[in-house]
Amino acid sequence: MAFASLTRRGLGVLTAALLASTALIAPAQAQTPPGVLVVGQIAEPQALDPHAVTAVNDFRILMNVYDGLVRYASGTLEVEPALAEGWEISEDGTVYTFNLREGVSFHDGSAFDAEAVVWNFERMLNEDHPYHDTGPFPLSFFFSAIETVEAVDDLTVRFTLNEPYAPFLSNLAYPTGLIVSPAAVMEHGSDFGRNPSGTGPFQFAEWRSNERVVVTRNENYWDGTAGTEAVIFRPITDANTRVAEMLSGGIDVMVEVPPVAISQFQTDMHTVHEQAGPHLWFLILNMKEGPFTDQRVRQAANYAINKEALVNDVLEGTATVAAGPIPPAFAWAYNEDLHPYPYDPDRARELLAEAEAEGSSLTFYVTEGGSGMLDPIPMGTAIQADLAAVGFDVTIETYEWNTFLGRVNPGLEGRADAAQMAWMTNDPDTLPFLALRTDAWPDAGGFNSGYYSNPEVDALLEAARVETDQDERARLYREMQVIVQEDAPWVFVANWMQNAVTSDSVENFQLEPSFFLLLKDVVKN
Amino acid sequence: MGGYILKRLLSAIPVLLGITVIVFLIMAMIPGDPATAILGSYATPENVARLNRFLGLDEPLWRQYFIWLGNMLQGDFGRSFALNRPVLDEILDRFSATLILAGTAFVLCAVLGIIAGTVSAARQYGFADKAITFVVILGISVPSFFLGMMMILLFAVQLRWFPVSGMYSIWGGGDLPDLIRHLTMPAIALSVVATGVVARLSRGAMLEVLRQDFIRTARAKGVHERRVIWGHALRAAMVSIIPVLGIQAGFVLSGAVYIEMVFQWPGVGRMLVDAILKRDILLVQGGVVFIAACYVGFNIVVDVAQAWLDPRIKT
Repeated sequence: MAFASLTRRGLGVLTAALLASTALIAPAQAQTPPGVLVVGQIAEPQALDPHAVTAVNDFRILMNVYDGLVRYASGTLEVEPALAEGWEISEDGTVYTFNLREGVSFHDGSAFDAEAVVWNFERMLNEDHPYHDTGPFPLSFFFSAIETVEAVDDLTVRFTLNEPYAPFLSNLAYPTGLIVSPAAVMEHGSDFGRNPSGTGPFQFAEWRSNERVVVTRNENYWDGTAGTEAVIFRPITDANTRVAEMLSGGIDVMVEVPPVAISQFQTDMHTVHEQAGPHLWFLILNMKEGPFTDQRVRQAANYAINKEALVNDVLEGTATVAAGPIPPAFAWAYNEDLHPYPYDPDRARELLAEAEAEGSSLTFYVTEGGSGMLDPIPMGTAIQADLAAVGFDVTIETYEWNTFLGRVNPGLEGRADAAQMAWMTNDPDTLPFLALRTDAWPDAGGFNSGYYSNPEVDALLEAARVETDQDERARLYREMQVIVQEDAPWVFVANWMQNAVTSDSVENFQLEPSFFLLLKDVVKN
Repeated sequence: MGGYILKRLLSAIPVLLGITVIVFLIMAMIPGDPATAILGSYATPENVARLNRFLGLDEPLWRQYFIWLGNMLQGDFGRSFALNRPVLDEILDRFSATLILAGTAFVLCAVLGIIAGTVSAARQYGFADKAITFVVILGISVPSFFLGMMMILLFAVQLRWFPVSGMYSIWGGGDLPDLIRHLTMPAIALSVVATGVVARLSRGAMLEVLRQDFIRTARAKGVHERRVIWGHALRAAMVSIIPVLGIQAGFVLSGAVYIEMVFQWPGVGRMLVDAILKRDILLVQGGVVFIAACYVGFNIVVDVAQAWLDPRIKT
């Protein structure tokens, strides 16, 4: 019948077409050439203007295109010279004078000098600056201590602070302190974020929305030229797709590997990298009302939760157990004598009995996911089970990240007894200062959502912030950590280890404790 | 006919206005504002207020709406604060990618679905019918994102026939063969369910038509069977198939959201998901209005096509 012949013929045509297309396909599967490194990013960058962005994902690109006056020495969180060759700090800690490196120019050809530095900070901080409207600059408060910034001569810049502020240098090493080309901002205005120009080891070449950002080697870099010709950043938001791309060779470097996928990369073809960083995952406890007003109940919660199981089983070993409010990555300020609360449900039950808080019911805020929150839902349910095992009656309320922040940041009073939280910071001062002081209660504009208040801790933190001698500062932080651990305003849970996977064609790759991705010395074969 | 088209166009205006109001209110009501999303952990009330002032979000709601609507009527959709570029540029860039994907998937589902349905009906209860019905039910039952992930594992990771994701090669490429290589898997994954639906309904419509008198007459007159099926019967059945295609077009367009996530296709669906998570209000609003306008437009085309095939519908 006519039909049968038609379908048979159709089938023939279809098969031929399929064969033709596979022939077209197979040879075209190109690998990236040597010298070009492809990095799988977790999202599209917001902008490549370091003063306008807040996400670690954007910082990964920015740190390779721009330099700051100072930077973190490789493998540490200690500050070393970058665009500034050196600096002096006045006796009272309020005047910082930087000597700038000579002969450096921006990628657009304009010169880097003291005027450019002044212009950068004026744009961010001075609302009357003609280019302030190229913002917003959400993290400009990192530099709110700056009273004036002036060019003493071509290669000398002086910052005067309104009070001594010890984290100033490490804030300058943060991406918000990177130096942009004033000429490029003047040329592109609000579109500067898509036409960036800095002094870094790579210069911007192309940005195709949601496909790629390409940067190429800066042949005139002041600190030696980069090991690869170009780096391509690909946004791949879906974690499974990112893993598939890494397995198929579509990308050479993958960051933020999901814990469950790590085992797939433990082969000869890939290398898994891990690096502890300045991250803390904790539970905020509501100290204003409910069971956690009693220190014994707060300690009981710290004993009751099996943190080893959380980091090893839920997070598959991608984190370590946290002991106190400052992550060990801040080696110079960390108190080595501090040991995490052990997992001891019997001790927890005893404390609860002492406090007559057995069977207390708790409302526990859990988020679906967010910056630095790791695997919050499985972690939340594991914590719920641990707390239930010692006699708490825990109800979980789950919120999408932005909603979650909107409920937690204004304070937990009247809403919840505990909430998950995570911070990544660049200075040991940041998190305790913003989230543990009495003056940081939510109504005062801080993040102390659990209303912790200890005058001793307040005094130590205030003193550490204005102390310019690093050893003395470290002593103050160490003392503070012991008190806070004993007071237990939080349940200290985990310090995340950043991870990455590289293919066997990548050499010299190293993760930094700052969580920045520095690609200058990486070689791609 | 012209009058009918005009009438349909005019009736679209209140629909679109209603959509602007709804999407604006939804974005105003969902918890979490853009300033909080941008600032993340650093969202103190003070910082939020400063940023809101910069973004113009401290104006009263009704004023924000009319400013937005007024600007949009003049073709200015505003500026995305998460992407730092004009909303319309972003939408047009991304929409063309979605159109390529959804358009290909739509053509696949229409052509394959109608052919499969017609063959199925012509061979009712025969082997071809049973085989097609089996495949179709299977296709309808598998969620497209799951199918997409399985295709990636098999054809991209294991066999390496196709790239895992993206629209063009990251290095070189950029031509039509490159696009086709990247398009094949997502387009197929996206079209499978719609193909099944079209096939099922085409089969039903064809069976109905094939029982009618004029088909018997045509056969009695000695018209070739191929002509009876593909000429006479199919044209009559198209009247009931075309509205289904209209619905499937919408389905393919909205289904593209999942597929774009799985295959990292730089389309408008993925753009909306990212924009909602970042509370990028103007981009969400502009994107939704744009898609809604396209959807309304497509339905008008379908209605007009139907009226052209069957003039009784106009009344």
